[in-house]
Amino acid sequence: MRYESPKTTKEAVTLLSKEKGKTFVLAGGTDLLVKLRMDMIEPDLMIDIKRIPAMNEINKTATGFKIGAAVSGRQLGASKALAKAWPGVVEATNLIGSDQIQGRCTMVGNLCNASPAADSVPAMIAAGAKAVVVGKAKRRAVAVENIVTGPGQTSLAKGEIIEAITLPKRPAKSGDAYLRFIPRTEMDIAVVGVAVSLTCKRGVIDSARVSLGAVAPTPLLVKEAAAAIIGTKLDKEALENLAAACSAACNPIDDKRGTVEYRVRVAGVLAKRAANIAFERAGGKK
Amino acid sequence: MTGVHVSTSINGDPVEYVCPADESLLDVLRDRVGLTGVKEGCGTGDCGACSITLDGALVCACLVLGAEAEGRKVTTIEGMGDGEKLHPLQRQFIDNAALQCGVCTPGFLIAAKSLLDENPDPTVEEIRYALAGNLCRCTGYDKIVRAVQAAAKDLRRQKK
Ligand SMILES: Cc1cc2nc3c(=O)[nH]c(=O)nc-3n(C[C@H](O)[C@H](O)[C@H](O)COP(=O)(O)OP(=O)(O)OC[C@H]3O[C@@H](n4cnc5c(N)ncnc54)[C@H](O)[C@@H]3O)c2cc1C
Ligand code: FES
Ligand code: FES
Repeated sequence: MRYESPKTTKEAVTLLSKEKGKTFVLAGGTDLLVKLRMDMIEPDLMIDIKRIPAMNEINKTATGFKIGAAVSGRQLGASKALAKAWPGVVEATNLIGSDQIQGRCTMVGNLCNASPAADSVPAMIAAGAKAVVVGKAKRRAVAVENIVTGPGQTSLAKGEIIEAITLPKRPAKSGDAYLRFIPRTEMDIAVVGVAVSLTCKRGVIDSARVSLGAVAPTPLLVKEAAAAIIGTKLDKEALENLAAACSAACNPIDDKRGTVEYRVRVAGVLAKRAANIAFERAGGKK
Repeated sequence: MTGVHVSTSINGDPVEYVCPADESLLDVLRDRVGLTGVKEGCGTGDCGACSITLDGALVCACLVLGAEAEGRKVTTIEGMGDGEKLHPLQRQFIDNAALQCGVCTPGFLIAAKSLLDENPDPTVEEIRYALAGNLCRCTGYDKIVRAVQAAAKDLRRQKK
């Protein structure tokens, strides 16, 4: 295996597209180096993106926020502006692993590892986040929900790299939240994860996005769930409709962490709780 | 396998080594640099026995490549005391019997120091969350939490 640490995205893309052997982009390495250690992968080349200055920055832009692909959970958690605008995205990312893992893990690594249970991904989807995908010939902005195509699979083409995640500008009276259920209190894999992002106008929910994790082969954007709460003040009926829509969207597996029935039920329960938190953060009153 | 030449700083001292590109920083520290305070429990990020700091951030050395340390600042348990003088955390771990076999101890000390550097007066809950990435098979954790509380108190007193 060779190790390269390019200084620019362009250099990284060139390395990535030139290499004939198995190549991996190395961000925090908290998935990749576990796989390397377990002999699940045999890379010919690893391209470390942490020396690319632009990928280490969190910037407030005219259209919202731009978070570099190498920004760790720890760095993300230290950004007051981000925590104020997108508390759900920050709390979801900060749930990943321990403090040791937070020192390294990235949102983009979490996304590209493409685990159905990745914690930051539903929060990014609910937030309407986009991935800035850079290839040799062009760069494109891809909605986060269109990156993961199956367990361990992404829509990135050979030679493509994600440079950053963008989050839209936050209108007033907005809030987001992410909740996961795990059997332990920390250091565990989500049995169900739910993210809700919403904006209120005159006390009523004007727009919303709801995303589920760990209940299907990929994280889901559930439009029916959002429709169930738009136009409401999140009254009891709206919450029940939200829960029903979330449960209906589930297509989970049975495993030692939870049965199908359990996951379907918990998805609805957690969705109600996450929606209540997001509504409260948006200044909504019942 | 091509070797990577690395110049880095470990506990404030300049260090150079050559390692295979796929070798972990944990293996480099133990087998090439001779710093065996850093332990291997799992090798997969779960146990925290290999905790170190890299440019000030708490990380698992088993999930860092040796090659990544180029130009960075690494600190390990060997850098914690001041010569013969133990750090208050080390002293309190001994006084509170917060260790038995001791394999987990360097990792706990590094993680606890990282917590106290950022939060000098943590609650028990904060201590437990901050140490969730460190596993101990012997003590049952209570004594570790108490040692961290006692050391936090010592450190606050020292600062006054
Ligand atoms: C002890 C432990 C606990 C964990 N707990 C959790 C948890 O609670 N929740 C959770 O969701 N996950 C958890 N994880 C998994 C992991 O930490 C996360 O998925 C993390 O976000 C991965 O980020 P990374 O930067 O370390 O990724 P890496 O390991 O560097 O990369 C992951 C994948 O993404 C690719 N990649 C990385 N960056 C890019 C890029 N810019 N462009 C294209 N491809 C890229 C890599 O090639 C690789 O395939 C845990 C892992 C460990 C070891
Ligand atoms: S050896 Fe690194 S976390 Fe267990
Ligand atoms: S003292 Fe033995 S593992 Fe902690």
